[in-house]
Amino acid sequence: MKIRRNKVLALIGACILTMGSLTACGNDKQAAAPTGSSQESSKQADSVQESSKQESSTSDETELSGSIQMVGSTSMEKLANALMEGFMDIYPDVTVTAEFVGSGAGIEAVNNKTADIGNSSRNLKDEEKAAGAVENIVAIDGIAVCVDLTNTVSGLEKQQLIDIYTGKITNWSEVGGASAPIVVVGREAGSGTRGAFEELLKIEDACAYNNELDSTGAVMAKVAATPGAIGYVSLDALDDSVIALSLDGVEATADNIKAGNYFLSRPFVMATNGEISEQNELVQAWFEYVLGDEGQSIAAEVGLITVK
Amino acid sequence: MSSGTLLVKRKRPMDMLLRVSIYAAACFSVALLLGIIGYVFYKGFHIVNWSFLTTVTSARKQTVGILGNLFNTLYIVIITLLIATPLGVGAAIYLNEYAKPGRLVSLIEFTTETLSGIPSVIFGLFGMVFFGNTLGLSYSILTGSLTLTLMVLPLITRNTQEALRTVPDSYRSGALGMGATKWYMIRTILLPSSMPGIVTGIILALGRIVGESAALLFTAGSGYLLPRFGDDFMKNMGKLAHKALESGGTLTIELYLRMQNGEYETAFGIGCVLVIIVLILNLLTKIVANKLKPH
Amino acid sequence: MKSMTKNKAVVEAVAQIIFTICAFFAVLAVISITLYMIISGTPAIFKVGLKEILFSTTWAPTAANPQFGILYVILTSIIGTTLAILIGVPVGVLTAVFLAEVASKELAAVVKPAVELLAGIPSVVYGLLGIYLLNPLMYKIELALFKDSATHQFTGGANLLSAVLVLAIMILPTVINISETSIRAVQPSIKSASLALGATQIQTIFKAILPAAKSGIVTAIVLGVGRAIGEAMAITLVSGGVVNVPLPFNSVRFLTTAIVSEMGYSSGTHRQVLFTIGLVLFVFIMLINILLNKLLKKGGSGNE
Repeated sequence: MKIRRNKVLALIGACILTMGSLTACGNDKQAAAPTGSSQESSKQADSVQESSKQESSTSDETELSGSIQMVGSTSMEKLANALMEGFMDIYPDVTVTAEFVGSGAGIEAVNNKTADIGNSSRNLKDEEKAAGAVENIVAIDGIAVCVDLTNTVSGLEKQQLIDIYTGKITNWSEVGGASAPIVVVGREAGSGTRGAFEELLKIEDACAYNNELDSTGAVMAKVAATPGAIGYVSLDALDDSVIALSLDGVEATADNIKAGNYFLSRPFVMATNGEISEQNELVQAWFEYVLGDEGQSIAAEVGLITVK
Repeated sequence: MSSGTLLVKRKRPMDMLLRVSIYAAACFSVALLLGIIGYVFYKGFHIVNWSFLTTVTSARKQTVGILGNLFNTLYIVIITLLIATPLGVGAAIYLNEYAKPGRLVSLIEFTTETLSGIPSVIFGLFGMVFFGNTLGLSYSILTGSLTLTLMVLPLITRNTQEALRTVPDSYRSGALGMGATKWYMIRTILLPSSMPGIVTGIILALGRIVGESAALLFTAGSGYLLPRFGDDFMKNMGKLAHKALESGGTLTIELYLRMQNGEYETAFGIGCVLVIIVLILNLLTKIVANKLKPH
Repeated sequence: MKSMTKNKAVVEAVAQIIFTICAFFAVLAVISITLYMIISGTPAIFKVGLKEILFSTTWAPTAANPQFGILYVILTSIIGTTLAILIGVPVGVLTAVFLAEVASKELAAVVKPAVELLAGIPSVVYGLLGIYLLNPLMYKIELALFKDSATHQFTGGANLLSAVLVLAIMILPTVINISETSIRAVQPSIKSASLALGATQIQTIFKAILPAAKSGIVTAIVLGVGRAIGEAMAITLVSGGVVNVPLPFNSVRFLTTAIVSEMGYSSGTHRQVLFTIGLVLFVFIMLINILLNKLLKKGGSGNE
């Protein structure tokens, strides 16, 4: 039944054309006329004709093409996504993709070469460095401890925080709030945020979690939805669905971190297998962008502290 | 008939109880199931607008769009079906037309059944380690497709087998009697007649692919950006093809990630889109199944 | 003439070879997955010890002294699936009875497509509703029940019970669809014979029709169990994620969610233990399939 086969092929071709033309529309700042039309053809004709204008590029580095694969920390999602877009505006032929699976996974991926860059929201461990990962710090981030909006407690002492997370304090009334049980939310074992948090408070392996979630966003969502919950998130992910507690009287702001007053801060690392100078030119261009003026201004835009 | 009356009387409370529980169960199920579809639509419908469907999420502009995910889903569906359909149909043809019933056929059928019973998480694990790490494909649409091929293969094989079984033997013997070779007979008589059944299998597989998430989380990744298309046609084709080797998050994956982050509005919007897709696929299956009847 | 026959013979042979290869691909796939699971899952058994993995209760893979006890995880999967089946199957079968025997034709015509639609909805959508609607509800119940408890760890609603409810709802469409089909497929003679003998409709349903539809219903249960024990994405967020004793209001981890939540970042022995968990899951499913198929055979012969 040639006709049926042709119809199926034509349908597939039409789908691809439609997607192609939608892509042409969607990717442009200007409204480009969709010239992809769905034709009934017996061949798989992907003739997507773009009349889109290319983004204006100031340099001739648009010659660079290929892809960069980043794997790692979920806390760095906002930063990575913003940087990716800015970078791809300058180099439209380079595709940057990022997977957010946790800092531990990121470093492992870069060490066994399945990723070009490994994102980690904590310093690298010695064994990770020994396996070849080089620590390139691209921004400084704070860890904010947050509670839900109905909580009356606005600040904690360091020791109180430690006691809450180790399970010694179990009710908000013990730290000056209304009587309500404390729901302790944290991250999974491979999380850089968890690693940094527990290391800074020196409570590794001693935490008693009620919920172990897989990403900074999930922790914040859980805290926002659960009266009585407490959780730690990356500073740049903070929004007004939760309240950030002040620790030892110090607010969690970028300025306080830069001044060194807020003690929960950790570096955002984009690790590479070997020095940056040993990487391919795409990765080198990436780091040039990230550590340059535009990259750092994006970091500040997102709510982080720059390394300059 | 007094014993009969007693018997009926005795049974009545039990009967009543069972009857009530039947109605209760049915009410509960129906209310629940309709409520689920209704709620997803109620929560998500106002999110689904033209810009939601045709733009890509921008972190800098703070906009949300699922075009990238729609594209990835389509891409994965096409690649998976391109690989799985020939394999599945070929296997079914062998089992039905060439193989002699016996231990071999039972082995193959048993393994096909087993394959369909393995949870998708295990496929994901296998895919991540074998296709992703060992074959070096890392997070990519291709890795996801290969993993999904293993998952939908039993579906297509089984449906094709059933479709082939409904073709009367008289067709086969008639063709062979006229001197046609086996392959010729299969190509010109069997396949066209069993096409509705095969197409049903493909649509079911399509539905399975669209709804899959556990197997894709660590194989196809979560990329939501589209390649930047420029003026050069060949370059665009190249980028399109290269996308298969890059990470691409499907609709279900995007839904999961949004859900995780507490971005429920977007999540319900994507849920809405998914329900609509399932609806369309269901209708398609019914239309194709109706074609079976006049035969 | 001869060359044309030769050509045709070659084409025939090639066609047959291609089809044979296709068929064996499925075999190859299953064998390679099984082999890979075994090869990847057994090193941990030797390194850590089968007893310690299966029967120890402490799961601390990244601690200074790593421990890999998955007893609670196994129990959670078993108990969770059993509860989901206990809730989902009766409701599902009764609804199927309703659709096939009690409901009017028009009502059934409206409801059946809705149930079929729901069978195809991706599991993450169920998870979304679970975390959006079910968890807050659970939390309220939890707060009320454990108001004065000093020892209960509050989970904010993400617990075993939430996961069980989500699973039960997920298997409903499957159970309803298959049960309904097999009830409809029961020979009308059985129904008319029973009614002719003076049985009421209810008696007919439960004493004549359902036993006749037994094999179909058992198939529905098997598929339901398969779906429940293999589900990961829908319950990852509603179940809490901490390795715990599987009590209804505890934050728990299933075999599947254990794999999903740690698959991304595990390395070394930790990853090997995850494969062992996958192997355990695999073995469970095989056992369930064989067991329930034996039940089917027994039931079938009992009906003779």
